[in-house]
Amino acid sequence: MSRAEVSGSAQHTGTREGAGAGAGGAGAGGVDARRTARPLWSLGLLRNEVGTTFRRWRTVVLLAVLAAVPVLIGIAVKIETGGEGGGAGGGSGGAAFVSQITNNGLFLVFTSLAVTLPVFLPLAVGVVAGDSVAGEAHTGTLRYLLVAPAGRTRLLLVKYATTLTFCLVATLVVAASALVTGALLFPVGEVTLLSGTTVPFGEGLLRALAIAAVVTLSLIGVAAIGLFVSTLTNSGIAAMATTVGLLIMVQILDTIPQLHAIQPYLFTHHWLSFADVLRDPVYWDRLQQNLGLQALYAAVFGSAAWARFTARDITV
Amino acid sequence: MPRNQPTQVTDEWDGDGGRSAKRRRTMRYAIPVAVVGVAAASIGLVPAFAGSGSPDLPEISAQDLIAKVAKSDVQQLSGTVRTTTDLGLPAGLSGSGASAFGGGSADRGGKGGDGDGGTGSSASPQSQLSELASGSHTLRVAVDGPDKQRLSVVGKSAEYNLVHNGSDVWGYESSSNTAYHSTVPADAGKGQHRSEKSGRSGGSAGLENATPQELAKKALEAAGDTTSVSVDGTAKVAGRDAYQLSIKPKQAGSTVDSIRISVDAETGVPLKFTLTPKGGGAAAVDVGFTSVDFAKPAADTFDFKPPKGAKVVDGDKARDRHRAEQGKAAGDLKGILGQYGLTGQDGKNGKGGAGKAKNGGFEVIGKGWTSIAHLKGNGSGLTSAGKNASGDAAKLLDSLGEKVSGKFGSGRMFSTRLVNALVTDDGSVYAGAVDKESLIKAAEAAK
Repeated sequence: MSRAEVSGSAQHTGTREGAGAGAGGAGAGGVDARRTARPLWSLGLLRNEVGTTFRRWRTVVLLAVLAAVPVLIGIAVKIETGGEGGGAGGGSGGAAFVSQITNNGLFLVFTSLAVTLPVFLPLAVGVVAGDSVAGEAHTGTLRYLLVAPAGRTRLLLVKYATTLTFCLVATLVVAASALVTGALLFPVGEVTLLSGTTVPFGEGLLRALAIAAVVTLSLIGVAAIGLFVSTLTNSGIAAMATTVGLLIMVQILDTIPQLHAIQPYLFTHHWLSFADVLRDPVYWDRLQQNLGLQALYAAVFGSAAWARFTARDITV
Repeated sequence: MPRNQPTQVTDEWDGDGGRSAKRRRTMRYAIPVAVVGVAAASIGLVPAFAGSGSPDLPEISAQDLIAKVAKSDVQQLSGTVRTTTDLGLPAGLSGSGASAFGGGSADRGGKGGDGDGGTGSSASPQSQLSELASGSHTLRVAVDGPDKQRLSVVGKSAEYNLVHNGSDVWGYESSSNTAYHSTVPADAGKGQHRSEKSGRSGGSAGLENATPQELAKKALEAAGDTTSVSVDGTAKVAGRDAYQLSIKPKQAGSTVDSIRISVDAETGVPLKFTLTPKGGGAAAVDVGFTSVDFAKPAADTFDFKPPKGAKVVDGDKARDRHRAEQGKAAGDLKGILGQYGLTGQDGKNGKGGAGKAKNGGFEVIGKGWTSIAHLKGNGSGLTSAGKNASGDAAKLLDSLGEKVSGKFGSGRMFSTRLVNALVTDDGSVYAGAVDKESLIKAAEAAK
């Protein structure tokens, strides 16, 4: 029913735009009207899309699972250290930053993001991205979306923007859940950076926010791949499975030493470079490589998705 | 335009229009393909262009260039160093072997300052820096005169820092949140620092010491009638114009094909050090700046306070304890591997190596690049020596050694890309940066 709402609003704004376009043929004023109408129109569609996505039970459950991860880690670390904070334990094994959590709950944010980035986050993004177009086709609503003079390119852009919104929300859910858990279970205060420098808690929070941003941007590659896969098939499940399968395959490739020549170009390769934000001074090289690579994947698979979707027969 | 697209889809059904629509559709895929193409081209070609860009610099003789390096008085710099080391050691061995190198250097050098001790602590410089002896690492260095240095090993989600400021040496390992502290004598001046550095690097063929300066100096010391040194063009290193100094051994038996040192044309600072073994393939040692800045680093770079909650290991105490335990009981294996490491040094540093060799109680055969370290056997043989040190190590040695025999008897040949070692059954060890034949010859001659 929310789909009908989308179509309705699309039709409504579409008519408005259609009128604008008609006038545009006659005079310059019409062109202006069309230009101003477009962003509003897209925003309306985006709002609807985002609303539809986040109202789905599937999405809510995904986010709940993501939020549970930091809680579990926090409780595990708390039990493991017997509740006495301050003991470093000296365990250098396990996930990144784990040994620091007992000193400072803020490190739970970093640990949680480091734990969820390789698997849980891209999994959730793969589900949402894979479902974005194929899911509509599967339920037969894609036709209705296209009956309205919506424009396939813009529909695709809106779908991608929705997926990116989900990336951001998912990352923030993990970070916020970790921050709350960390603050409840462990002391918070000055943050020790990887370089051994100590910075005030406020700057630590800022760096955590920056890391959340980097993690979000790290996911735009996998989101674009999911979108492309989603335009290939009419089965939402197939698209999700393919996206997640690709993700797992790429991560396996990333662990095979003989393939070191291609590894720098795998989209998962630089994911954990977000830890470089915690150095003093910040080490930018790998962050730039990561973001550049993500942008490249987004460009390649985004344009491939566009090529496929705009030229495709929508038969269901 | 996009609003028309749905009708395009139906074009397929009406004859001629379908063909052009199809073509248009195929054309759309040209965009992702073009993006991939442009990306691949820029990834593939940009480094190639950057690499082939040899700057136009005035001609300089090899001697002048070496003099330029020698008189270079750069006290302040900061930058990022990339080290890639591929000695062809098996993955498991390089770590343990390297730490044994370190142990060996502590035995002989003794004046390492921060170079030994604290073996129990993962934050001690020794255990950290020995890891640099294999694989690829990114380091950030900052130097301000002889009293202030900082070295950061940029790891995955972790970092190791070594800060020397005046009399304090701090190590901090982020993954275990452990700090390591030791002191060097307050009058530790330039000389002390130098010897400390070379003492440390003496253990593992200069690999632990990642600044190109020291490595270059070592290589230059080896120049003589055994070596040809020439200036071989120019290159861009870390965005700076540099001369390339090429050093090639004249002796046939050496495993070293060439050493190439890129020297900054302006300051005379060596920016890159590449050692290529005879066997071909990638460089065995490749240490170079990827970015460098000769401005004075910020003063607070060298301030280090152990963070709250970090475990602090007192390196001085640990060292004393370590020394006391060590005494004469330094394992045979450690000694053997130590020399094995030292001989790598000998290859480049014949005279210095020989001087050090007396310390360890073994002799050096030959000179220059083909010098071979010889440790006289005590009859115990390798296997028992290995077992004395550690059962695992003995097993490891058994699995690595290639059995050889000749006039000298029989023994095992251990080979890496750079260093070969022959351990005879009576316990004698011959090792050097020379090929296997030279080692066998040396062993036969010594009989």
